[in-house]
Amino acid sequence: MGTMPDGTKRDSTNSSMHSSTHATAQLDDGIVPDPSHPPTSVDESVRDSADRTWTPAKIALWAAIALLGGVAWFMLAIIRGETVNAIWFVFASVCTYLIGYRFYSKVIERYLAKPNDRRATPAEYKADGKDYVRTDRNVLFGHHFAAIAGAGPLVGPVIAAQMGYLPGTIWIIIGVVLAGAVQDYLVLFFSMRRGGRSLGQMAREELGVIGGTAALVATLLIMVIIVAILALVVVNALGESPWGVFSVGMTIPIALFMGVYLRFIRPGKVMEVSLIGFVLLMAAIIGGGAVAGTEWGAAFFHLDKVTIAWGLIIYGFIAAILPVWLLLAPRDYLSTFMKIGVIVMLALAIIVVRPEISVPAFSEYAGRDNGPVFSGALFPFLFVTIACGALSGFHALIASGTTPKLIEKERQTRLIGYGGMLMESFVAIMALVAAISIDRGIYFAMNAPVALTGGTVETAAAWVNSLGLSGVNITAGDLAQTAKDVGEQSIVSRSGGAPTLAVGLAHIMQQFIGGTAMMAFWYHFAIMFEALFILTAVDAGTRVARFMLQDSIGNFIPKFKEHSWRPGAWLCTAIMVAAWGAVLIMGVTDPLGGINTLFPLFGIANQLLAAIALSVCLAIAAKRTALKYLWIVAVPLAFAAVVTITASFYKIFSPVPAVGYFANNAAFAKALADGKTSFGTAKTQAAMEAVVRNTMVQGWLSIIFVALSIIVIITAVMATIKALRNTAAGLPNAENEDPARASRVFAPAGFVPTAAERDLMTEWNQHPAGERLEKSGHH
Amino acid sequence: MNAVLAGFRVFAGYLGGVLGADAYKKYLEHHEASGHTGPPLTEREFWRDRTDRQDTSPQGRCC
Repeated sequence: MGTMPDGTKRDSTNSSMHSSTHATAQLDDGIVPDPSHPPTSVDESVRDSADRTWTPAKIALWAAIALLGGVAWFMLAIIRGETVNAIWFVFASVCTYLIGYRFYSKVIERYLAKPNDRRATPAEYKADGKDYVRTDRNVLFGHHFAAIAGAGPLVGPVIAAQMGYLPGTIWIIIGVVLAGAVQDYLVLFFSMRRGGRSLGQMAREELGVIGGTAALVATLLIMVIIVAILALVVVNALGESPWGVFSVGMTIPIALFMGVYLRFIRPGKVMEVSLIGFVLLMAAIIGGGAVAGTEWGAAFFHLDKVTIAWGLIIYGFIAAILPVWLLLAPRDYLSTFMKIGVIVMLALAIIVVRPEISVPAFSEYAGRDNGPVFSGALFPFLFVTIACGALSGFHALIASGTTPKLIEKERQTRLIGYGGMLMESFVAIMALVAAISIDRGIYFAMNAPVALTGGTVETAAAWVNSLGLSGVNITAGDLAQTAKDVGEQSIVSRSGGAPTLAVGLAHIMQQFIGGTAMMAFWYHFAIMFEALFILTAVDAGTRVARFMLQDSIGNFIPKFKEHSWRPGAWLCTAIMVAAWGAVLIMGVTDPLGGINTLFPLFGIANQLLAAIALSVCLAIAAKRTALKYLWIVAVPLAFAAVVTITASFYKIFSPVPAVGYFANNAAFAKALADGKTSFGTAKTQAAMEAVVRNTMVQGWLSIIFVALSIIVIITAVMATIKALRNTAAGLPNAENEDPARASRVFAPAGFVPTAAERDLMTEWNQHPAGERLEKSGHH
Repeated sequence: MNAVLAGFRVFAGYLGGVLGADAYKKYLEHHEASGHTGPPLTEREFWRDRTDRQDTSPQGRCC
C-alpha cells in the first residue's frame, strides 16, 4: 500500500542525503548495486538511530502497552474471582504479541537472520510472473496467514481447556513468542535465502543423507497422521448430524460449479466466483436446516460415523486424483474467503460481547493424569495437545513452500514469518475463549467419549455431576435444550473439539447478531467452515504426500518420478489414502473414544516436525552467528524435543493403561487371554480385540516417530558442533545459500513505513519509471 | 459516501490480493517489464496453465 508520489516537487536535499550516507555503509556484503538507482535499503545507521531514539511519545506508548498487558495477565493469572471477562484474554495476548514483535523478533533479526535489503530476493532474481512474483507485504501477510491457519488452532485449545484456561493461555501466548513464531520466521528466512527450497531439501543439505532421509520419512508419516486426525475431527462433527452432512456435502457441488465457472465461463474472475460460492454456501447452511427438518431429509442424511469415514476416504481418493482446477483450487478460494471473514467476525464478536468466563484458571484435572477429554499429566501432554497456535511444525512446510518465493524484500520476513504466526496464535486464543464461554458441565458432556457419558442426556448429566467439579450441576434438560438450540439431535459425546467450538461460537455470535433464533445457523456455520478447512487440508495433504512417495519410490524405480504417469500417481495416491484411512477407521471404531487416544499422537507428530525444523535452523544458524546467540533456536528446540520425547516415552513406556499404549495393549491382551468378554470400556470381545490392535499400531507409530526425530536432532547437533568448530578454527563453512545478487527495488519492511522508508519510497517513485521494475502493488 | 466506497475498494482489493485474484495482472506486468519476446498468454490460457501446474507441484495446506 505504497504512498503514491503526490506531485512534481522533488525533495532533493532529503534524497541526496540518503544516497550519500548510503554510499559509505554496508560495503562488505559483496553486492554492487546499480549506481543509477536510488538505494535499495535504508541506511543501517539511520535505521539504528531511529530504533534507538526513544521520544517521550514512544516511551509512553510502549509503557502503556506493557502496563495494559501486565494488568490483563494479572486479571487472568492472579485474581481469583467467580468469573473473568474474556476481554482480558484479548489484552493479555495482543500486548504480549506487540512486545514480542517489537523487541524479541528484532533481536532475532539483528543477531540471527541478519537480512540485507541490498540483496535481491528469489521473487526478484528468479521472477517469472507465475511462481516467483514480488508481492506487496501486507497482501503476502494475509496470504501466508491463510496458508498456515486452519483447523488446528481451533481444535487443540478446546481440548486443552479440560485443565482450565490458564495453562493453555500461557502456553499459547508465551510459546508463540519464544518458539512458534521463531521457527516460522527462521524457516521462511533461510528458505528465502535458498531460492525457496523446501524443508526436506534443506535438511538434506545441512544434515547429510542420514538426517535428511530421516527428516523426509518423518515428514511423510507425520502428514499421514495429521490428515487422518483432521479427518477424524470432521467425522466426529458430522456423525448423526443430518444438517451438518447436508451442508458440508453441498460444498462439493458448489466447489465443482466454481471450478467449471473459472475454467470455462469466466476465467480469472476469482473474487466474483468466491462471492457466488459464499452465497451458495450460506444457502446450503440455511437449506440444511430445512432439509434436516423434513422426515426424509433426517432419515437420508442421518449417517453413522463409520459410514461418514468411508465416504471421506472414497472422497479423499477421488479428490486427490481430480485435476486441481475442478475441486481443490475453487475450494481453496472459498476456504480462504471464509477464513478471513470468520476470524475477523469472531474477534469483533468477542470484543463487543465480552463474555464472562466461569471456567477456573486451573481445573480439577490440571493436577491429574486421568482427564476424560485427553489423558496424561499437564506436562508434557498440554504442550502437545495445543500444537498449532503455539508451535506448529507443519508451518515449516508452508514457510519453505510458496511464501519465500513471493517475498519482496528480505526485511519483510519478520513481519510475514513472525507476525503471521502471532496472528495464528491469536486465533487459538479466540478459539479457547469461545470454548470456555460455554458451561463446564456441557463442555465435559460434549467432549468425553461415549464409554463414559453413556450417550444419552440422562446418563451424561448423571456422569458429569458425579465428577465432583466445583460449580458444575447440569440436568438432562440443559443438554437437550442446548442440542435443540443448535439444531442437533444430541450434543452428548460430540468429541473432537469442532462441535464444542461451534457451540461456543454460536453462543457468542447470537449475542452479537440474531439472538437464540440464530444459534442453529451459527453452529452449522462454524461446523461448515471447519469442515471446509479440513477437507482442503485433506486433499492437499494427500497430494503432497503422494508426490513425496512418488519421488521416494522413484529413487528405486525411475518411472515413478514422472508425475504425469497415471498408474504411478494413482497407486501412490491409493497408498497414502489407505494409510490415513486406516488410522481414521481405527479412530472412528476405537472403543476408547478415538479422538481422545489419537489427538496426543497428532500433537506429538506436529511438535516432532517442529523439532526437525528447528534442528535444521540450528545447523544453519551455527554457520552464521556466534555461539552466544544460538540459544534463540536452541531453547525452543530443547523445549520441543523434551516435550515430545517425554510425551512419546509416556505413550510407549507408561505402565498406566490410560496413558501408555503398550500398557493398555497388555491389559486388554491379558483380559482376552483370561477369557473375559468385556473389559473396561470395551463391551464385547471384538471391541477388546480392536483395542489390542489399535494400541499396538499407535505404540509402534510413537516409536517410529520418536526414533526418527532423535536421529534428526542428533545429526543437527553434530552439524552445529562442526560449524562452530570450523568457525573457531577460522575455517570456512560450506554455504548453501544462493549467491547474493543486487536488488533493484525497494519496499518498506513493516505494516507502516518508517520516516526513512517513506523518504526512500518518494525517491524511488520519482525515479524514471522505465528504469525501475514494475511495482508489486495489488491494486 | 465516496470515502466508504473507496474504503470498500481497498478492502476488496486486499482480499483479492490474498486470494490471488490479481495473478494475471501481475503476470502481464512481469511480461511487460522483462523484455518479452512473444505475446503474453491470454487470461484463459494463463489461468489454465496456473491450475495445471498446481497438479504437478501441490502445496500443502496447514492444519
